[in-house]
Amino acid sequence: MHTYKPFGAKAILIEWKAIIAEAILKDILEFKDKINSQKSESYLDYSIGYNSLTIIFKDIILDFDKEVEKLKSIYTLNLTTKPIQNFIWEIPVCYDLEFGIDLKEMSRSLNLEISDIIKTHSESIYTVFFIGFLPGFLYLGGLNSKLFLDRKPNPRLNVEVGSVGIGGEQTGVYPVNSAGGWNIIGRTPINFFDLEVSNPCFAKSGDQIKFIAITKREFSKLEILVSKKSYQLFKTVIND
Amino acid sequence: MIKVLKSGFYTTIQDKGRVGFASLGVPVSGAMDSYSSDLTNHILNNSLDCALLEITLGGCKLQFLSKTTICISGGDFSPKINNKPILLNSKIIIQENDTLSFGKVNFGVRCYLAVKGGILSDKKMGSRSTFKNITNDFLLKSGDFLPIYNVKIDFETSKTLVKVNKNHFESKVIECFRGPEFDALDIHQHKILFETEFSISKDINRMGYKLNEVLENNLPSILTSAVLSGTVQLTPSGKLIVLMRDCQVTGGYPRVLQVSEESINRLSQKTTGDKFQFVLK
Repeated sequence: MHTYKPFGAKAILIEWKAIIAEAILKDILEFKDKINSQKSESYLDYSIGYNSLTIIFKDIILDFDKEVEKLKSIYTLNLTTKPIQNFIWEIPVCYDLEFGIDLKEMSRSLNLEISDIIKTHSESIYTVFFIGFLPGFLYLGGLNSKLFLDRKPNPRLNVEVGSVGIGGEQTGVYPVNSAGGWNIIGRTPINFFDLEVSNPCFAKSGDQIKFIAITKREFSKLEILVSKKSYQLFKTVIND
Repeated sequence: MIKVLKSGFYTTIQDKGRVGFASLGVPVSGAMDSYSSDLTNHILNNSLDCALLEITLGGCKLQFLSKTTICISGGDFSPKINNKPILLNSKIIIQENDTLSFGKVNFGVRCYLAVKGGILSDKKMGSRSTFKNITNDFLLKSGDFLPIYNVKIDFETSKTLVKVNKNHFESKVIECFRGPEFDALDIHQHKILFETEFSISKDINRMGYKLNEVLENNLPSILTSAVLSGTVQLTPSGKLIVLMRDCQVTGGYPRVLQVSEESINRLSQKTTGDKFQFVLK
């Protein structure tokens, strides 16, 4: 079930139940694919949230009800195009204290050994719900509740690119240098936003992420390979 | 080519922005006051997606290394060519080595300098709008060179002067629609929202304008969802933030209002200390 709301003069916000759930994500993505398959000139862009799909129109919406009826009928269509393939991406992360600058403090607040934090974080498979906040910033679901930890009361002015952090019930990777309040547990040499390739962010909504713990030595090696663009990310197709 | 002699307070290259990349987390950007930027391109007979300079409160000094035609619209910061005052909203013929500078701020916050055929800096993701981590530079620096379109000069001295509605700079009315979470507020809060004269705080940039007044509330945050330029977010502290052109694509604060396109343009010509009122469209 979902509802439609006007969002300014040129957008329609479609909302699902306010929970974070993969079933909702699946429904949103299928709806988005059906809308895209219309190749309609009226739709300019779309934006995905945990429980929402916002359709941005090219022109001012003159008749909201009529546009909603159109979208509703698109929703009931059978998807004729091939479903978009999703992947599990393996992301190497170095959890060394040099990069995991908040690990010691987290270990105290969570009452967990640092090794447990690392093990727990790299054990789970995370689902990419959507990209937002910064270019290439993945909103990931699936963090083990043992690692839930509030954002830092005083955000850092600069978090290094590639930093892997935990903020509340979420985990994520900073795709660029940015101010930020997440607790930093490690760093990946992988580039999450690269304008020099045709698809600047390799991951998309519905993909999955698995973090693989690596040593500092491996990190340095990978960093060089990534900078030379000769590192191939390891991925497997998700079978539905 | 334009040589930047002095970069000014905050000068950026803007066009219609990066459209179609919200799903990659890429902000739209584009000219803050699209009414004035369209006008200046229009006067030069440029396509409306030609890139131009967005100049905040003047302060910059530019030298044209080739002949061209220019037009300046938006705020009035007393523009001068070779120290002689020039008109806004009018075609100005530029000779090689002419220098553009600004003086006293008369009204407005941003002006737009268009050159015939547009500024030809590198396009990234379909746009020349400067944005951190997307374009190489995001602010103009002294010593920069900006490539411009090489045109045969249109020597037809045009005396046409477009008259701009002063209301665009003076009106205190900011028109808006109900935002997605408008109904989460009660009647009393709605009353405050529309009866308060809000003032713009010091915390302002191209991403958003934070307002000074407080709207007490205990609205829970929402699950991260789309935000647009013009979205008015209500923070737990009660401070309102009006998102502007460089805003993120998603946010977690309740979206209580959505400012109309015309009023985003109007707000772009206001700054710290300026007052306005939200009016439902």
